[in-house]
Amino acid sequence: MNDSLLLQLIVNGLILGTLYGVVAMCFTLIYKASQVVNFAQGEFLLIGAWVCWWVLTDLGLPFWLGFPVTLVFMMAFGIILQVVVLRPMIGEPIISVIMVTIGLSIFFQSTMKWIFGVIVQPFPPIFETQSVSILGLNVQPAYLMSLFVSLVIMGGFAVFFKYSKLGLAMRATAFNQQVAQSLGISVQKMFALSWAISAMVSALAGVVFGIVNGVSSALSLFGIKVFPAVILGGLDSIVGAIVGGLIIGLLENIAQYVDGEWLNIGNLYNIAPLYVLVIILMIRPYGLFGTEKIERL
Amino acid sequence: MTDDSPILDIREVSLSFRGVRALNRVGFSVGTGALFSIIGPNGAGKTSMLNCISGRYSPSEGQIIFEGKDITRLKTNSRAHIGIGRTFQNLALFNHMSVLDNIMVGRHHLLRNNFLTGAIYWFGGAQREEVSHRREVEQIIDFLEISHIRKAVAGTLPYGPRKRVELARAVALKPKLILLDEPMAGMNLEEKEDMARFIIDLNEEWGMTVVMIEHDIGVVMDISHKVVVLDFGKKIAEGSPLQVIDDPHVRKAYLGEDEEPLPPPAAAAKVASWQ
Repeated sequence: MNDSLLLQLIVNGLILGTLYGVVAMCFTLIYKASQVVNFAQGEFLLIGAWVCWWVLTDLGLPFWLGFPVTLVFMMAFGIILQVVVLRPMIGEPIISVIMVTIGLSIFFQSTMKWIFGVIVQPFPPIFETQSVSILGLNVQPAYLMSLFVSLVIMGGFAVFFKYSKLGLAMRATAFNQQVAQSLGISVQKMFALSWAISAMVSALAGVVFGIVNGVSSALSLFGIKVFPAVILGGLDSIVGAIVGGLIIGLLENIAQYVDGEWLNIGNLYNIAPLYVLVIILMIRPYGLFGTEKIERL
Repeated sequence: MTDDSPILDIREVSLSFRGVRALNRVGFSVGTGALFSIIGPNGAGKTSMLNCISGRYSPSEGQIIFEGKDITRLKTNSRAHIGIGRTFQNLALFNHMSVLDNIMVGRHHLLRNNFLTGAIYWFGGAQREEVSHRREVEQIIDFLEISHIRKAVAGTLPYGPRKRVELARAVALKPKLILLDEPMAGMNLEEKEDMARFIIDLNEEWGMTVVMIEHDIGVVMDISHKVVVLDFGKKIAEGSPLQVIDDPHVRKAYLGEDEEPLPPPAAAAKVASWQ
């Protein structure tokens, strides 16, 4: 047994888990608001990270300026994507919409490779030190920032949906579009808004992850990792997304420990979340917190 | 009560779904301040008509004039802003929200403060606004006698109270014209009497023009100023309740033949012991 390694991995798992939770939340947001299963969620991270990297290195802007620029870009990107690509798909069969998002995912991945190449590019150093020691554990400052940012975003979501006029309108739209319209809420605006928020917050996660591991097309794998988290939590539950993200993050790291200590299979940490996906779909397809759909025939 | 200038003017409206003609050149006008009912057998096109007015469907021909303006192609959500509110045939409350939140969504389009001005609560007028909105909402809650359930989660309530909450939400829009799709469906006698009283008060005290679809002929005959009858997408009669009930076309549509009489208005009036 290697206790300090286990502890380190658990801390990593929690931090990574909150990040998964944030991205899963973005995924759920789009699903709830506009009933689109967005397979291009991972590419939002990828695009956000590349754009931020480009703004920081090629344009040479400082981080405090380059980062907001990235967010503004992603907001516009999300809105344009919804309006141009997904709005005409409203009313089409769900499978067609899924095919469109898978297509978008491939398209964006290739475009990013074409523009920025396939080599992993490190972010310019943003923090002075490479790691800080907390209670004898090494934690990268970027991860600390990630944890902090994730928690702020989660709190922000809660406040936004509970207390703001737009949040109320979005909840109303998610529940019943027709009723929302009869009360004067523009459903089209709410769709665009949900995509904008989702793209922005995902990009933020992409930047954080990029700072730690460098930017490369591997970032879009995040979208695949997030999928088990979303299914585990229940496709239409924001709280479920966060819990699902935490569980997947922890599981991944514990799998790595188990693998390294005893099994020596290698790469178990990549596979473990997908096992969870299969199992959860078999025994509880609506996830931990999702709406149980009972269809009467 | 009813004056001559129509608040709503339906001109030769037709609506087709592929081959099916749901509405065929239907035209009528609703006077400002009227309590107007649309009746007809199942599948006659009543809800389709209401959906054309509220903007869910777009008529394939004809015009809909609201307060002198053509709103035939106006977006659905914009119609709430110009003063058209509605309820739905099947309950459509936000089940996870409290009764109060449900009604506050109805105030949504009237809120002026946004995320930022709301943040400076005491200076931007947000506090004043919130207080005034809450006062109005409380008035509506008192009026519809749902104050004891205001904190309850809408999805947990029984059917009758839910219908009232739905009405409260539509009233919270402060519409000039309120469209009610079967407000009394599935209610017991007592609940129907309450609802009829609310509708009359809305019309007389709150000054809203009401267009309602209802199957309970007794209630329709007792409270409506004017009735239009649809059958197979066509208008077959229009006029005061007494004129309509004696119309041979109406009797035919409802009963299939001319012989059997409808319950006379006097018998139906028993239903209306609320007066």
